[in-house]
Amino acid sequence: MSRPIPEKLVEDTARELMARAAIDIPADYRDGVRKARECERNRIARFVLAEMERNWDIATADRRPMCADTGLPRYYVRAGNEAVIEGGFVALERALRKATADATASIPLRPNRVHPLTRRDHDNNVGVHAPEVTYAFEPRADWIDITAVHKGGLFGTDYRMLFPTDGVAGIRRFFVDTLVEFGKRGLACQPAIVGLGLGGSKDTCVRLGKEAACLRVVGSRNPEPAVAALEEELTALGNYVGIGAMGFAGTSLVVATHIEVAYTHTGGLPVGMHSFCLSSRRATARIHSDGRVEFRADPMWFTDYYRREGIE
Amino acid sequence: MRPDPGTVKPAERLDDVRMDEVELTTPVGSADIGRLKLGDVVYISGVLYTAREGVYRKVVEQGVDFPASVRALTNVNFHCSPAATGRPDGTYAVEAVTATASFRFGKSMSRWFERSGAKVVVGKAGLTELAYREWFVPHGAVYLTTVGYGMGAAYGRCITRVLDVHWLEALGIAQALWVLEVERLGPFLVEGDREGRSLFALANREINLRLEEVYRGLPPYAMGRFGETTSRTDEIV
Ligand code: SF4
Repeated sequence: MSRPIPEKLVEDTARELMARAAIDIPADYRDGVRKARECERNRIARFVLAEMERNWDIATADRRPMCADTGLPRYYVRAGNEAVIEGGFVALERALRKATADATASIPLRPNRVHPLTRRDHDNNVGVHAPEVTYAFEPRADWIDITAVHKGGLFGTDYRMLFPTDGVAGIRRFFVDTLVEFGKRGLACQPAIVGLGLGGSKDTCVRLGKEAACLRVVGSRNPEPAVAALEEELTALGNYVGIGAMGFAGTSLVVATHIEVAYTHTGGLPVGMHSFCLSSRRATARIHSDGRVEFRADPMWFTDYYRREGIE
Repeated sequence: MRPDPGTVKPAERLDDVRMDEVELTTPVGSADIGRLKLGDVVYISGVLYTAREGVYRKVVEQGVDFPASVRALTNVNFHCSPAATGRPDGTYAVEAVTATASFRFGKSMSRWFERSGAKVVVGKAGLTELAYREWFVPHGAVYLTTVGYGMGAAYGRCITRVLDVHWLEALGIAQALWVLEVERLGPFLVEGDREGRSLFALANREINLRLEEVYRGLPPYAMGRFGETTSRTDEIV
């Protein structure tokens, strides 16, 4: 029997993750933006990207949030099948909510979360279904992984029900439509990590698209060759559209395209698309059952088990 | 030395944009505003204030007076809300500022200029040339866009002091009117000049030229959607 992971340790780790995510740009994305800048042929777009890199340096040096719109704080939790949390998952959720409220004051994060109708605001980013906590599991493990994401961006996201007759051409079309719609004037704060969720139900493809954008590092590939090939093709297509950083005619629109699939209805091809913006904010930690905490850059969210196709 | 704007032709292509560096101090004078060219890289020193939906609703819709003390100090309105927190001594710290998309304020802008005296609006992504001509030009106002976007930390560093905050209680941290002292806050890009030209409009014309080719080989969808535009050269703001 594994030793239980203390609730306090979950809370402290989550608070630290909130800060790291808000302040330190992940190296894989930063590297992708640098490459985009080096290839960018438009002078104004290049200037924009150089300024962004300066901004990330300042954020890290001063320990300030890189972007004042600190987005919507949320968590992805993967629990090993043998992991035990002191007080159970109710305690874990309490710890995550407490960490969010405390981090909002201490970092500070902008208290973005409000009631959708009354606009009621607790000034702490906690409320009904806020922060979101998404769960996944892993066999033969007694740790829990927590990833904090501050997802910004009111723009750059869309959903559409396509059909098998639309096929890959339809996916391309939807991808370009969404890029053009939100790429002009730089509304999507590009260059972005674009996540596409293909298949499943409507909600599944939207969820997978977001996870593909936010929880895979730049440079990773989908293990299925046909999917990986489409990822590459779409990245090239996206940068061929002719829109650069901030919507200046150029080539820096897409840093990477990540695609995740789910088995879907035989008559449908639902697609969800998300853009992770110039503040691609994520941070991950593993809490071991012996109390060790390891921070890392790669969320490693899409495990073989998570993508399994068979019964086991 | 900056050339006299009378002698410089306005840029007609993005490649002609000179990106001259300009230092502005507040309140920004009419001559300085007239000299701004599309794509100039601007830094602001002095005082400016944040105002977005909440403040606009109060001042434009509900007719509440814009604070006279603020009007006397500055004519620069930043469309943003800061990541601000109260310190134990009752003062405030603002760590980062990032603009919010300005197109949604379009219809309020004319009334807003009248009631606030603002001449320089700083925000995200600008408005259309139509909006500038209708609402900005008659008031001699210009639009500067933030860069990035999301340069919150770099901009935050240029805020030297929180001078005042209005309507904090009523509107909350994100929507309150924050009066900020700033030093070389920037860079911003001149997006809407005093004649109502737009830098993004310039960019979009170039982008649209290419879209025809990009869309070749992208078939229409099997099933359409109701929508407000079917033309990819349309803007959605
Ligand atoms: S989209 Fe991202 S970079 Fe842009 S303002 Fe929002 S959080 Fe900041």
